[in-house]
Amino acid sequence: MNITARNISKSYKRKGISGEVQVLCSTDIDLESGKICLISGRSGSGKSTLLNILSGLLCASGGTVHYDGTDIYKLSDKELSLLRCSRTGYIPQVQSAVGTLTVRENVLLPSAVIGKGKDRFAADGLLERFGLTELADARPDSLSGGELRRLSIARALVNLPQAIFADEPTNDLDDENSRLVFEQLRKSADSGAAVVIVSHDRLAKEYADVVYCMQQGSLNREKGQL
Amino acid sequence: MSIKRVLYKSIVGKPLRSFALLFICIIMSAAVYGGAVISASLQNGIDSLEQRLGADIIVLPESASEKVKLENILLQGTPGYFYMDKDIANELAAIDGVDKLSAQYFLVSANAKCCTVQVQIIGFDEDTDFSVKPWLREAYSGKLGKNEIVVGSDLSTRVGHSLTLYGVECKAVGKLETTGTGLDTAIYAGSDTVRGLIKAAESKGISVLSKQDPADVISSVYIKVKDGYDIDEVSASINLGIDGVQAVRTKSMITGTADKLSVISGSVRLLITAVWLLSAVIMLIVFTVLINERKREFAVLRAVGFSRRRLAAQVLLGSLVICFVGAVLGIGICTAVVFPFSRLIERKAGLPLLIPDALTAAGYAFAALAAVTVTGPLASAYSAYRLSRVDTGRILREGD
Repeated sequence: MNITARNISKSYKRKGISGEVQVLCSTDIDLESGKICLISGRSGSGKSTLLNILSGLLCASGGTVHYDGTDIYKLSDKELSLLRCSRTGYIPQVQSAVGTLTVRENVLLPSAVIGKGKDRFAADGLLERFGLTELADARPDSLSGGELRRLSIARALVNLPQAIFADEPTNDLDDENSRLVFEQLRKSADSGAAVVIVSHDRLAKEYADVVYCMQQGSLNREKGQL
Repeated sequence: MSIKRVLYKSIVGKPLRSFALLFICIIMSAAVYGGAVISASLQNGIDSLEQRLGADIIVLPESASEKVKLENILLQGTPGYFYMDKDIANELAAIDGVDKLSAQYFLVSANAKCCTVQVQIIGFDEDTDFSVKPWLREAYSGKLGKNEIVVGSDLSTRVGHSLTLYGVECKAVGKLETTGTGLDTAIYAGSDTVRGLIKAAESKGISVLSKQDPADVISSVYIKVKDGYDIDEVSASINLGIDGVQAVRTKSMITGTADKLSVISGSVRLLITAVWLLSAVIMLIVFTVLINERKREFAVLRAVGFSRRRLAAQVLLGSLVICFVGAVLGIGICTAVVFPFSRLIERKAGLPLLIPDALTAAGYAFAALAAVTVTGPLASAYSAYRLSRVDTGRILREGD
């Protein structure tokens, strides 16, 4: 899937500050199938905001985001939700397992939304791939940070997404686990998915095809060409 | 796995949270349903009593004085008796406006070896009675013979069995339906049987009469007023025209109880409303507090593809399920307490209590179920709306 974002701007109202804070200004970015795009930059520079806008989770103040020519913010909430669920995978920055579900059920969650929740094979395959098979029936509160991170990635991949958005996917992980995460994302890209990673991790650059640096709400390309 | 399972696990996966909400719903539904049933039972009790009194005016000896005494006999089953000269009945018949009249005889069985139980015995004249026989027919359609009795529903004596009253074997030929009043502990017999029992009591050394012959006394006279006559005026004529008696309008006799009942009924209704409102406010607070606790969980659901509407539906359905289960449990518990112990409640409250029939009770149950079940979704509606509007990205970035 090709993703095109044009003139993306975003401003917020912040408590205690008069007026709005401009986070993104006229940002353009193109994402292509089979490529990993890394966005780095200082904390608070707007990387995660851009990722959320690209993934369809946050509406921009201005500009457009097209998935294969479809302006996603012109879709209804229901249509956009279904699109996000069936065609994209999102890996959040913080631990995000649903505590009342087992590890396997967490992985199956996006499948359940599109009515494919009985597809246990897909979930079990991912659990095996991420070394979570033995923890399939465990509750998330018994998992380590690395295991939870792998669970988030497995969940993002369960619907075979055409685009993956990863927000600091290796936060709090050691080098070994970080490599495992990036390798999995590389495999997904190699399978045809467009992957966007927001990360400070130096390792990420090794796996990225294109590297952007976010500075004062604008993107500067550092490496590669789409 | 389905979306329903996500909902199910969100309820059973947090047992303490779910139980707290369930507990509120149980209390709410028990209060709404129990209050409605008790309120209706009190109204039924008084209606039943009014219906069974069957007369417009009851004439009692002045010595019986306070109408409360008769009220106690009728409502609370307090045994009692009083007598006046039977010729008073003839004087009453001559009063303008009196259509029908019939005498009754009260006697109390002794708390002694000669009697199986100590109860109120009410005798009536088979030939002239118009107030007892119409509803006595429900239990026994024949004419009561000598030493034949009809027993109230609360007495353990079964039809065909006998009771010993002052040494006299009296055969139970019928058993009455429950009225929720003191009449449930009474025994009904013909006037000859009661006179015979009074004589038997005298022979046992238990004197209920001072000097008179049992054949010359009556306890009360029930009067039906002619159409077009004012009951209060006829009642006043009796009080002015005949010495030594007091005429009491039956409705006014139970007015005290009816007033008391009205206050209790009003209080029960107020209590129901207060409990319902309080529970709704508690639920509103609980759901609002839960927003913060569950923000991340809902942000995850949003991130994996839940639409805003589905997210809101998840919250509303969760509260609906808990409220429904809580309501069913509350109604069940209330049924298990109120229905079997209605007699005890009646005795403690000193008021007639006639539990509604199954269909009416089911109606109240359904109303309580509906009231409680919709409260949860109503209380959580605002929370659902707020949850569906949360900034998913920010929560998944910052963690709260």
